[in-house]
Amino acid sequence: MTARGRFRPGGPVRLPRALHPAAWWLWALGLATAASRTTNPLLLGLLLGVAGYVVAARRTDAPWAASYAVFLRLGLVVLTLRLLLQALFGAGVPGHVLLRVPEVPLPGWAAGVRLGGPVTAEALAAAAYDGLRLVVLLACVGAANALASPGRMLKSLPGALYEAGVAVTVALSFAPQAVAAVDRVRAARRLRGRPTRGFGGLRGLAMPVLEDALERSVALAAAMDSRGFGRRAGVPVRQRRTTAGLTLAGLLAVCSGLYGLLDSSTPPLLGLPVLAAGTAVAVAGLLLGGRRTPRSRYRPDPWRAAESVVAGSGLLAAAALVVAAGAGVAGLTPSTSPLVAPGLPLLPLGGVLLGLLPAWAAPPVTGPAGAA
Amino acid sequence: MIRFERVSITYPGAAAPVLRAVDLHVPEGELCLVLGRTGSGKSTLLGAVNGLVPHFTGGLLSGRVTVAGRDTRTSPPRELADVVGVVGQTPAAGFVTDVVEDELAYGMESLGLAPAVMRRRVEETLDLLGLVDIRARPLRTLSAGQQQRVAIGAALTPAPRVLVLDEPTSALDPPAAEDVLAALTRLVHDLGLTVLLAEHRLERVVQYADRVVHVPGDGRPLEVGSPAVVLAGAAVVPPVVALGRLAGWVPLPLSVRDARRRAGPLVERLVGRSPAVRPEPVGGHGRTPTPRPPVAAVRGLVVRYPGTDALRGVDLTVDAGSIVAVMGRNGAGKSTLLAAMVGLCRPAAGTVSVAGAPVSGRRARDVARRVGLVPQQPGDLLYADTVAAECGDADRDAARPPGTARSLLQRLGPGIDADSHPRDLSEGQRLMLALAVVLAGDPVLLLLDEPTRGLDYPAKARLAEVLRGLAAGGTAVVLATHDVELAAEVATRTVVLADGEVVADGPTREVVTASPAFAPQVAKVLAPLPWLTVADVAAALAG
Repeated sequence: MTARGRFRPGGPVRLPRALHPAAWWLWALGLATAASRTTNPLLLGLLLGVAGYVVAARRTDAPWAASYAVFLRLGLVVLTLRLLLQALFGAGVPGHVLLRVPEVPLPGWAAGVRLGGPVTAEALAAAAYDGLRLVVLLACVGAANALASPGRMLKSLPGALYEAGVAVTVALSFAPQAVAAVDRVRAARRLRGRPTRGFGGLRGLAMPVLEDALERSVALAAAMDSRGFGRRAGVPVRQRRTTAGLTLAGLLAVCSGLYGLLDSSTPPLLGLPVLAAGTAVAVAGLLLGGRRTPRSRYRPDPWRAAESVVAGSGLLAAAALVVAAGAGVAGLTPSTSPLVAPGLPLLPLGGVLLGLLPAWAAPPVTGPAGAA
Repeated sequence: MIRFERVSITYPGAAAPVLRAVDLHVPEGELCLVLGRTGSGKSTLLGAVNGLVPHFTGGLLSGRVTVAGRDTRTSPPRELADVVGVVGQTPAAGFVTDVVEDELAYGMESLGLAPAVMRRRVEETLDLLGLVDIRARPLRTLSAGQQQRVAIGAALTPAPRVLVLDEPTSALDPPAAEDVLAALTRLVHDLGLTVLLAEHRLERVVQYADRVVHVPGDGRPLEVGSPAVVLAGAAVVPPVVALGRLAGWVPLPLSVRDARRRAGPLVERLVGRSPAVRPEPVGGHGRTPTPRPPVAAVRGLVVRYPGTDALRGVDLTVDAGSIVAVMGRNGAGKSTLLAAMVGLCRPAAGTVSVAGAPVSGRRARDVARRVGLVPQQPGDLLYADTVAAECGDADRDAARPPGTARSLLQRLGPGIDADSHPRDLSEGQRLMLALAVVLAGDPVLLLLDEPTRGLDYPAKARLAEVLRGLAAGGTAVVLATHDVELAAEVATRTVVLADGEVVADGPTREVVTASPAFAPQVAKVLAPLPWLTVADVAAALAG
């Protein structure tokens, strides 16, 4: 019967649900790290394909799900710009001349800058490889945006940062509301036969829109206040002081640790150990601070096996390329001068293909409800 | 449950207190309706319940307000969030999250309720308010009615013992308003919720109220009592009460059902008489020998937005001197139709012509001369710092002699201070100012989008008078409205839109009596007789 594999009594059932947004971000950052270690166009193209395939397989109908395409288009603009600039300013790289841009003689003070001249295949290839890497980085951010709801990402912030998170949410909702207000006011101006463009139009537009935004924020603040935003649980003074002390000391230690790490003249003890200790103290402060607010979470995103697999696949992809780069595997940065056909090194290839795993490992999504 | 003891509230800079020595006690499980003209202190009274006044707004409160035994002096709004739920006048302005389900859970999260409790309450509230189908929708994409229900749901989920609502049905079409009010009464009956509710559209809510609080304004003492008692002495009453007064029914009926049970003798007196014929517009319908062309003609109009077709082939003609009411549920395409008639949105197909000339493709300034649109928020039309400056600008915009708009305003809304800021005016005054600004251009076609939102009865009566005057002067008027009583009172013709199509078009009397959703109260009471307003009945009985 064809029922085999479709009906497994007692077996695990994969219910459609939204994956933890942090898992998607870790996966995407992993792919981005992988991309940053190579200029091989084959590997980069493969990374684009991997990210695109996973987005196509696991995105929802939510408004933000279109951001992969948006970021990809942005990347292509960047790539085109990079090639154009290379052709205009970067002439003079020796090699096979493809075309000659008429050279503009520049005055003496602009020595070192060339405008126009022969454009070589080598120079263009180097620019294209570099630009392609930027495209992949942007595409990875776009993929994370398309797959993970920004609102839910903010919701998974630790309790102590919650209020900052709400501020960001409110700020994010301001933009679409301002756009709506601008549309409304512009329409009203047209109704009175007033200009909607130019300086006069802008002034007439800005005042009502700002007044609108101000009134809206006062209304929102009142609503949030009456809905219990900023309630304090009965926290003893001593604990409050401990929290503040821990957070402050932790942040100071993180700063000096970073300084120690970056400045080679300081004793090595001031570097990593202080950074690690500072991070630990700051985290402890944040956790303690989280107890300050009596909040609870509605349907928090669980972290299950699927999340680990998704995040792990991205991190493994990154690890494969970092290790390969460290080991000096040939083909990660193919030579552009002389121009040679890039090869496909095995270890990085395997790593990149691991990034495809979420297309099956992530739970399926259903319709617009996938966002919730 | 809610107790005001000798409460006076004075806002900073105000000469006199808004509320003076108010004593009020609302017991548990009561639905209490707050009446009063705009600016009478209704919202202040509501805001004082959870301490937003004066903790948030500023001002001086003397006396004592206690809710469930807690003094608002010592408990700011956030500490009262578990006892009092608040739904503001514009629900969209109070949304904190971006998805329906999260919004419902927000208040509970702030209170730190257990996840299992939150999950159960969200599901219950989704069912209670009929939000299941839109649980995962972004809040921005919802219609006004849906947003209102989400806001009520979000106030309900923390299971407050008191619910305070400021004009909860003002943005809703009649069926949606009934749904919301039915849900509220169910909560009052089943859970013993105490509800304090302010509303201008008495005809929608008065039948559900256990008690009415009339805020007369100017610091005069409140009138508190059962609805029939307070309304017997009130100057402005819903049509069903006015009909009861006319027919001499005691006690006064508050609902259509009460009135129908008493209406037998009145119906007998009215059988055989017919309502006075409304002055039909000149021209059109072939009744006059030389039919004039219609002022506005809409032919096969299609307007598409991404994802939806707002209008799907609408035909409409508007004659000079007629008042056409466009009705239909939230999102039926009413506002889009008006916007298309003034050239604000580009039709995908079809034509709109006003006074014989097509609207699309012409410059906004030229269209604005012929067609005036008062948008849903009349304040959008106003930019100047003072009423006088606004009128001056209007004269210049319309290239009319100085003083035109001012004298119009004098006629429309006498007594508006010329030096006040347009934002400080009451809703009714602001509407009249916007109307004066629009009418300064002497348009042949006047469009009004939801003009009665936030208007109290006197302001509404004034608007009806103004519209009739304009129509008598030959201006064609189209109003998109949810207000069936206004439509019944002024409209000569009613058009019902549904999903972007015209589903009914004809004389108001025929259209509104044929549909229970859009029938005014008098028509419901006297059905199947074709009477629409108390004034009609009064004229017939007198004549």
